[in-house]
Amino acid sequence: MWRDARLIAAKDLKIELRTKVTANQILPFAFVVLIVFAFALDTSPGTLQKVAPGLFWLAVLFSSILSVERTVAIELDDNAGDGLLVYGVDHGGIFLGKVVAVFVQLFLLEVLLLLGVVVLYGSKVGGWPLMLASTFFATLGLSAAGVTYSQLASASRAKQTLVPLLFVPVASPVLLAGTKAWQDALSGTSSIGDPWLRLLIVFAVVYLALGAIFFGSILEG
Amino acid sequence: MESNGYRWTRKLVGSLSLILVAATVVLGLWITPPDVVQGQLVRLIYVHPPVAWVAYLAYGVTSIASVLYLWKRTRNIKWDLLAASSAEVGVVFTGLTLVTGSIWGKPAWGVWWTWDARLTTTALLFVLYLGYLALRSVPADSHQRAVRSAIAGLIAFIDVPIVHQSVVWWRTLHQSATVLNPSLSPKIHGEMAMTLLLGFISFTFVYAWMLMHRYEIASMQQQVLDAELEQMIQERQREPELEFQRVHVKDGNDQINQPSKV
Repeated sequence: MWRDARLIAAKDLKIELRTKVTANQILPFAFVVLIVFAFALDTSPGTLQKVAPGLFWLAVLFSSILSVERTVAIELDDNAGDGLLVYGVDHGGIFLGKVVAVFVQLFLLEVLLLLGVVVLYGSKVGGWPLMLASTFFATLGLSAAGVTYSQLASASRAKQTLVPLLFVPVASPVLLAGTKAWQDALSGTSSIGDPWLRLLIVFAVVYLALGAIFFGSILEG
Repeated sequence: MESNGYRWTRKLVGSLSLILVAATVVLGLWITPPDVVQGQLVRLIYVHPPVAWVAYLAYGVTSIASVLYLWKRTRNIKWDLLAASSAEVGVVFTGLTLVTGSIWGKPAWGVWWTWDARLTTTALLFVLYLGYLALRSVPADSHQRAVRSAIAGLIAFIDVPIVHQSVVWWRTLHQSATVLNPSLSPKIHGEMAMTLLLGFISFTFVYAWMLMHRYEIASMQQQVLDAELEQMIQERQREPELEFQRVHVKDGNDQINQPSKV
């Protein structure tokens, strides 16, 4: 399973390196979201600094919808996904590989988005241990839940509209806990023992487990 | 088609629902006294918690039916239809929970809606199962749809304990459990407690009655789909035979017509 997961992750990342969909489309989209949020709210630095953690995670959530839709879409072209099943690739391995590939892309996107938040909103960054840990587990949870739901909706012709409807309510605890953990990190009120971080860890573990259990049934169903 | 036993059970459940709801209305509106603090507003307690309970119950039934479909030894399309029917009734009751809570919230808290944890998570629960129903409404092979929606239903159900426990976890302004509190000492008095209990029973019967109707409709829809599929298969199987007849009858006609032409 681990070998298959590594191969699938490497394959998906290689496809990304060659097509550059995340770099050329999803990343610019995330920046557009940051900019239009500033239009919708108030461009005064005080307001934007205050809401920056929430806006950051909202931009990540929107971007993750595109990322998880993309990771499933590449298997629909030329029925590549059927090919994986015929080759006998481990189902859990496909799931984990996809999660890792989405995780890597989202994590890199978040690093660049953080720079955007610092430059555009004038946010000061601090509380690194909590910030890094919460970002790690939040991204892992988003990737696991996103890949599962995207695969669930993949068989339907309405997948572009179904994925956001299915995925966003499920991912809302990540948005809430990620924002709160970042607020705690930036204000310096809490560190690695933050309860919101624990919630993010639970979310990531639960959705990794559920995805690993059900992904095979979804693929074959 | 439905059996006589099923029809009679449904009618019995329907009649009992009507009687029990009528009794709840009479007790809730006229017999029980107004609350010392909340006044007449307290009467919503006979509706709001029972409706919320039915929503949880409905999603519980959906989850159990989903597990029974996913488990190969008990796999039967009936479990899928039951899961779907229960989820649909659950969405109606979640909507009612939000509406009745909002009606209570306006005079009690001064606002129709507040970002209280339990309200927010109930709204999320509502959207989660709307997503489940949307997933089901997409045309697909019935087995594929059943597997995928069973998994979606199970994953969504994980949200239910979060909703129930959120009042404890986040300590918000929503009041804590009145009857099933940690010390198990009900903070509600005599006939009010009885009326609340009756509310729970009557709305559970209403749920059962609605579920039976919805399941019957789902079952008939499935029968129509199966019949259509069977008809299509038969037509497809008869295609070579029809083609053979068409060609040979045509040839036969030609042969019949030929001498006259000659």
